[in-house]
Amino acid sequence: MTTMFTPDHEWINIEDHEAAVVGITLHAQDALGDVVFVDLPEVGRSYAKGEIAGVVESVKAAADIYMPVSGEVVEVNEALRANPSLANSDPMGNGWFFKVHVTKMAEFEQLMDPPAYDALLKTL
Amino acid sequence: MSADLLKTPLHALHLELGAKMMAFAGYDMPVNYPGGILAEHRHCRDFASLFDVSHMGQLQLRGDDAAHALETLVPVDVVDLPVGKQRYALFTNASGGILDDLMITRRADHLFLVVNAACKEADTRHLHTHIGHRCHIVPLPDRALLALQGPQAVTALSRLNADVAGLTFMTGGDFKLVDVDCLVTRSGYTGEDGFEISVPASHAEALARALLRQPEVKPAGLGARDTLRLEAGLCLYGHDINETTTPVEAGLTWAIQKVRRPGGARAGGYPGAAAIERQLASGPTIKRVGLTGLERIPVREGAQIFDAQGRKLGHVTSGTLGPTVFEPVAMAYLAANHAIAHHEVYADVRGKRLPMRVAPMPFTPHRYHR
Repeated sequence: MTTMFTPDHEWINIEDHEAAVVGITLHAQDALGDVVFVDLPEVGRSYAKGEIAGVVESVKAAADIYMPVSGEVVEVNEALRANPSLANSDPMGNGWFFKVHVTKMAEFEQLMDPPAYDALLKTL
Repeated sequence: MSADLLKTPLHALHLELGAKMMAFAGYDMPVNYPGGILAEHRHCRDFASLFDVSHMGQLQLRGDDAAHALETLVPVDVVDLPVGKQRYALFTNASGGILDDLMITRRADHLFLVVNAACKEADTRHLHTHIGHRCHIVPLPDRALLALQGPQAVTALSRLNADVAGLTFMTGGDFKLVDVDCLVTRSGYTGEDGFEISVPASHAEALARALLRQPEVKPAGLGARDTLRLEAGLCLYGHDINETTTPVEAGLTWAIQKVRRPGGARAGGYPGAAAIERQLASGPTIKRVGLTGLERIPVREGAQIFDAQGRKLGHVTSGTLGPTVFEPVAMAYLAANHAIAHHEVYADVRGKRLPMRVAPMPFTPHRYHR
């Protein structure tokens, strides 16, 4: 499995573990509504798993973005910063938030796989 | 949905239209429909939007003494309000704070009041306690309230009854719509031309469907209603005004007519008159202002406001990214000496100080049909 999910409705794709891609899920963007602003983490800074790494704001609310795993942020999505609505229109693709160098594979493996995340969504 | 939430007569229609629902003032209400808040907001500014505001309280005050009695609770001229005219009013408390804001329409034989959903029970008790012996207080739980707002609202509603086009801003009367008598006023909460329609609950869905069949009209939820009213500079009770803010601090002195001010024929005589008159004479120490953000980051309710030296000036009571103006807009209470147009202040958002400017309201021009 290369894409895993968090209880905070983020996804992380680890095809390249030196630059694993992180974003919010379809459910997250739907719950937030129209995204109008994102605050992205600092490139080059290391964050602990669970640390607040950014903010996503819709017209009606602001939500924190948490680090799904520990690691150094290696890139942020400047296109998303310029056009926050990408988080709505393509949350699993062009609306990604940042890339992180994953060093603790165990943290990744502890996240939810797609069936587990689907099961979580069914309880909401 | 929580089982104890109340439903408006349009609840099933909201679900059919795919609305996202949320609890608001004890009701299960639509926040937005599948198009989203931004699209609904823009549609209302350009065309016409239908809002269900049936959660709001509607009631009548009946009896010859009703207008004089009501004047003992509001700093507003009700006695001289002509039949067919509507007026904004405020229930005040003994310290001059605001218990609720409301709309009063003078009918031929009664006063028609619309109050906030979250306050309606308290308001009704307040009326019974203070003026129940002077007039009949008749709640109207069997009526729905629809708002049709936007520059094309008049075109759409005129197809159901051409006579509504004769109304001007803040007037109202009885009009037959979908074969039932409705009370239609030309007013609203978006800054646009539009109507609020009090309709028997039994006919609410038929009326809503008839309006939604008009090509100009789309449904809009409470999310867009909030961003529209904020851009229009209109207060939201419980946020921008409450029992600790006075009409003077809130910049609502225009709602206190001359006849109710010192020197007027019916000056004072409402709760908190002394405190309000003192502030009218010497000016308040804090004032509600508009703020626009110089960076495109929303500044929301609760954000603290500082001056350039880091001294606290006040706090934000409502804020978002204004979908029409496309910049952050907010309302805040500031120390009066900083409540000066174009004054630069700083909002604390997640530990960062964001520059904002005191701005005249409304943020988008009102387009009422006067």
